[in-house]
Amino acid sequence: MTDQAYNFAYLDEATKRMIRRALLKGLAIPGYQVPFASREMPMPYGWGTGGVQVTAACLTPEDTLKVIDQGADDTTNAVSIRKFFERTADVATTEATAEATVIQTRHRIPEVPLTEGQILVYQVPIPEPLRFLEPRESETRKMHALSEYGLMHVKLYEDIARHGAIATSYAYPVQVEGHYVMDPSPIPKFDNPKLGDNAAIQLFGAGREQRIYALPPYTRVVSLDFEDHPFEPTKADHSCDLCGAGDTYLDEVITDDQGSRMFVCSDTNYCVTRQAEAEAGAAQ
Amino acid sequence: MYVATKGGERAIDAAHQWLAEERRGDPAIPELSVDQIREQMTLAVNRVMAEGSLYDPDLAGLAIKQARGDLIEAVFLLRAYRTTLPRFGASEPVDTGEMRITRRISATFKDAPGGQILGPTFDYTHRLLDFKLMAEGETPTAQQKPSDPVDAPHILSLLDRDGLMEPLEQTDATPADLTREPMSMPADRPLRLQALARGDEGFVLSMAYSTQRGYGRTHAFVGELRIGTCDVEMFVPELGFAIEIGEIELTECETVNQFTGSKTQPPQFTRGYGLVMGQSERKAISVSLVDRALRWDELGEDNVGAPAQDTEFVLYHCDNIQATGFLEHIKLPHYVDFQSELELIRKIRRAAETPMQEAAE
Repeated sequence: MTDQAYNFAYLDEATKRMIRRALLKGLAIPGYQVPFASREMPMPYGWGTGGVQVTAACLTPEDTLKVIDQGADDTTNAVSIRKFFERTADVATTEATAEATVIQTRHRIPEVPLTEGQILVYQVPIPEPLRFLEPRESETRKMHALSEYGLMHVKLYEDIARHGAIATSYAYPVQVEGHYVMDPSPIPKFDNPKLGDNAAIQLFGAGREQRIYALPPYTRVVSLDFEDHPFEPTKADHSCDLCGAGDTYLDEVITDDQGSRMFVCSDTNYCVTRQAEAEAGAAQ
Repeated sequence: MYVATKGGERAIDAAHQWLAEERRGDPAIPELSVDQIREQMTLAVNRVMAEGSLYDPDLAGLAIKQARGDLIEAVFLLRAYRTTLPRFGASEPVDTGEMRITRRISATFKDAPGGQILGPTFDYTHRLLDFKLMAEGETPTAQQKPSDPVDAPHILSLLDRDGLMEPLEQTDATPADLTREPMSMPADRPLRLQALARGDEGFVLSMAYSTQRGYGRTHAFVGELRIGTCDVEMFVPELGFAIEIGEIELTECETVNQFTGSKTQPPQFTRGYGLVMGQSERKAISVSLVDRALRWDELGEDNVGAPAQDTEFVLYHCDNIQATGFLEHIKLPHYVDFQSELELIRKIRRAAETPMQEAAE
């Protein structure tokens, strides 16, 4: 049931238009951070207000929405955001990745390859990949304009000198179409290869920092690395203990106080689907 | 056996019910009404309106009630509500010179036209708990005497006349609106003052305090602090003139600070300015000190690297709704990222242990 006191998908039409303009600009300049007049939403900054505003601006009544957090549909914040749109937009919701037209995510890209016509909306805490190297916004914008990314390469080099490996395992920086260095949001670097050449539209919303950026379908996205230290997506060296998948990102679950662990797919819908298929196969 | 954490939805519903029960407290105690909060927790209401950027004492009272007295949470409720309000225009500039004054003091002159009016202030109270307030039923009344409407010009305008004050920059430009446009750097003074006016009282206070202790010295005198109500007028195109649409309470502070000047220009006092909705003089004074500190560049002062001189630092961190959201979000699940950190540290440790073992053998 839609809450009639609010406009469709909560935001008023003028605000949605403002956000759509920023989205179009972001799609036209892949990886460029477009400032937008982020609104105060009824959930706190840090809970996905950027993603929620982007989703609100994209949703139509015909859409089917999926919301995940940590890859799972039933984490509390994913539940809360899904309920928010059920209440304010009355759209259909789903847990099946392939059935969704809009997917809002925090920290993961689904395992099932996305298809043309789908939109993946990321929640972004710190959109600026250079922020921890240079805190000043006025400086980092100049660095992006000039493609001046030496500082980032020095940081990655210093990691290797100190630890023998690049010490970034999530929010691993990428370069988009040979120009802008972009923060892919805090997805594990395991997911980085899915950013490039993806059939879906990928939109990134950072509410508190008032930035939107985007990757149009089939964009060239390269994870930063060195020839002698190539980028390496990593995952736990196990298979899923529930569905047996050997190629998915796994959560490590502590099962007792004796050091026992089990590993399960972080993408719950993918895992459940595989389990159901295996059961159906066994029954036949 | 591993139990998947299904049931997030039920947990949320149950948590909300528990929260509502806790908010009400002991049902044997009468419930607080919004009217009571508005009338008796006025300064809390004022703070919530100021930082919530929405002048509505009833809604602010409701927010405080709903937030169980957590004022930042109440500010957040008001801000989120503000998002949904249509913007149909802007008022005429409010003339604080025409303020109906309830309090007006100057620390720079013993007396001035319009006089010093102490008003309802804590300043000279002794901070002794008044146990009589624990008993109910008391209705204090203050002595009253009829007064003539006083003409109280801004005190700094009197110094202005002698050329001792730096002139105010006059412009007809429409100021940026940080609630409608993304904040951009460098931020001009109107934008800085807007951000500070809705900034967290504690943060702005500490920034101002730091300048007093030497981190970017401003040495401010309170030229004038005034509290009172001002008319809000709006130009209506259909009528062709401005009409009064209401009144708001404001606190305004103007500070006098040390000089600017050069070989060709004689020295002049400089200004710091703070304007805050409601009665909130701690905040207004703080804003005016921070405003003055942020003006180092235009006044040709040195940047000594003090936090209060750093516009980006002050403006990007003064908003408590942004700050508390981002701070508290780290309690949301992060296990996907933590898992990749686990893989990384295990890998680095393996790499580090292998040569150590080889060396030992």
